[in-house]
Amino acid sequence: MTMLEIARGPAMQVSILIMVGGIGWRLAGILLLRRRPQRAAPRHGFVRRICGGLSAILSRFIPRRTFRRGTAVSVVLSAVFHLGLAVVLFGGAPHILLIRQITGLTWPGLPKGIVVMASGLTLASMIALLVRRMTHPVLRLLSTVDDYLSWLVVFLPVFTGILLSGETIGGYATLLSLHILSVELLLVWLPFGKLMHGLLVFAGRGAMGVTFARKGAAT
Amino acid sequence: MNSPVVAPSRAATVDDAGRVDQAMRGFLAEIGSGAALAMEACVHCGRCAEACHFYVQTGDPRYTPIHKIAPLRQAYQREVGPFAFAYRLFGLTPRVTAGQLATWQDLIYDSCNMCGRCSLICPMGIDIAGLVEQARHGMFDAGLAPADYLGVLAEKEHATGSPFGLTRAQFRDMLHQVGRTHDVVMHVDEPRADIVPTVSSVDLKTYPASMAAIAKILNHMGAAWTFRTDGFDADNASLTAGDRAGQRAITLSIVRAAMECGAGTVVMPECGHSFTEMRWEAANTFGRSLPFRVLQITELLAEGLADGRIRVNRVAQTATYHDACQLSRRGGATAAPRVVLHALGIDVREMADSGDTGWCCGGGGGVALIKRAQALRAHAFEIKRRQVEATGADTMYTSCSGCRQTLDHGGKSVNWTTTVASLLELVAANLKD
Ligand code: SF4
Ligand code: SF4
Repeated sequence: MTMLEIARGPAMQVSILIMVGGIGWRLAGILLLRRRPQRAAPRHGFVRRICGGLSAILSRFIPRRTFRRGTAVSVVLSAVFHLGLAVVLFGGAPHILLIRQITGLTWPGLPKGIVVMASGLTLASMIALLVRRMTHPVLRLLSTVDDYLSWLVVFLPVFTGILLSGETIGGYATLLSLHILSVELLLVWLPFGKLMHGLLVFAGRGAMGVTFARKGAAT
Repeated sequence: MNSPVVAPSRAATVDDAGRVDQAMRGFLAEIGSGAALAMEACVHCGRCAEACHFYVQTGDPRYTPIHKIAPLRQAYQREVGPFAFAYRLFGLTPRVTAGQLATWQDLIYDSCNMCGRCSLICPMGIDIAGLVEQARHGMFDAGLAPADYLGVLAEKEHATGSPFGLTRAQFRDMLHQVGRTHDVVMHVDEPRADIVPTVSSVDLKTYPASMAAIAKILNHMGAAWTFRTDGFDADNASLTAGDRAGQRAITLSIVRAAMECGAGTVVMPECGHSFTEMRWEAANTFGRSLPFRVLQITELLAEGLADGRIRVNRVAQTATYHDACQLSRRGGATAAPRVVLHALGIDVREMADSGDTGWCCGGGGGVALIKRAQALRAHAFEIKRRQVEATGADTMYTSCSGCRQTLDHGGKSVNWTTTVASLLELVAANLKD
């Protein structure tokens, strides 16, 4: 079995299994804890409360005006990173092909130049985020091994992806294997660290929005 | 290793190890899915620091909101979280130590007003103020609440129902005395009433005129109302100290007193925390929905002005308004005071940050009752002072006696010329005959 075959076959199956099992375990561990009752008469009805949850999910992408100056660097860097990653993931032709093979869904890819630029911006924003985490006093205080490990397992697929698209060093098969294996490493780590925020962000914002809308307070 | 500062009344009862156990039990006693989701979701982005006056003014990273509950998160991760077994097995998360509790005493108490401003900025929607409240439960259970005013008042409140240890007879005498001084008819312990107002201990001690103001307005409305000496002090210092049993006792005494006289409405005084407690938590404590409405006094005023039960003269004045965090951001009563100010014809100059995004006065969450937090309170006051002065108004109204007192003290320390005044008392002074 070649490295590519391992990466595409058993390694992929095992990593997906760990990811799905881990996500299920973690979500169950949170959701099966008891829920605090809310017996006070709500200020707003069901529909307004659901709207509060939805509005929190959407509005928290951009901070309120009063917070913009203080959070500008963090917000811009994280927006560039997330959007860049989305462009590469859903706009790059090889990724679209893979999605079609798995789901049958497809859409036109973005021009290679745009995808290359997006991956460059993603990489640059990641490096800037890392430097910031290592130098900003607040981030230094908050950071744990998880923060750096999560950074690394996202960085590796981005980096190997860029190498692959340019076929700069090494053979195509080797680079592709490394790229796939690095994605698998990400999938394996996803349920155990902060990368879970990709799922928890919606639950967290939504739950907060519903709770505060119930009180008639800002979400 | 530094040892935590223990309340004198609890010092002899248990050693450091026992104290850590008590804190851990208190931390984890009420962890539900909401708190778990909050603690699992944090991405360590640090943005919450930019919303907190203590960080913004000092630049000290220790005052980063989510950092203030680090021992609670550590306890959760090790004992309750989905991967707790792995954290314990591989020693990834150590046990919380007495030294940590000592280090975090001032972070969990002195440097958090439970104002919730940080929850507005958090991209993950984490309600850090709610987590601080849970963290205080553990600290209180371990005897680690600040030993000065906050701890002492909470202990007295737990024992007597009043943070000053007032008996029912003393409260009755006090109310009648206030009535005579302000020439207003007081209703006390009437067997039946539609409306039951409550008072805050800050009013009892510092602003007794506000009790006369409530009476005057309720008389003006022609309401059937009564103060109840069996459930009068809404202050709930126990809540901010982290004493769940005391908090419960105070809340239930008001619920029972209101039910005893068949009240349809309980009116909370100019006080922030007492409102969020009675409006949003009392039903949970009681175990079912309350058989009466809970209104903060500004909501009653807004309602009365809208339906004509309250009629006021217009006041030609320019003023600004300070939102108590618990009334607006945490309580949802942001609109009511503005309705009242508008009805009075006041030219309201809003601060750059007002309503839901307003800055705390620095005294909320019981911090006003912690002596050693005085320097921190001054930092918070500085932001408020700047924003008030930028409005050009020379009077600032508020609907919380705790904020009023904190701002009064802050103002005195810098010879501030701005007047801090009660919105309730303004309405009472301008009722139409
Ligand atoms: S609740 Fe208020 S005082 Fe406490 S950490 Fe958040 S912003 Fe700071
Ligand atoms: S803003 Fe929210 S997600 Fe970011 S560090 Fe603070 S609590 Fe965590």
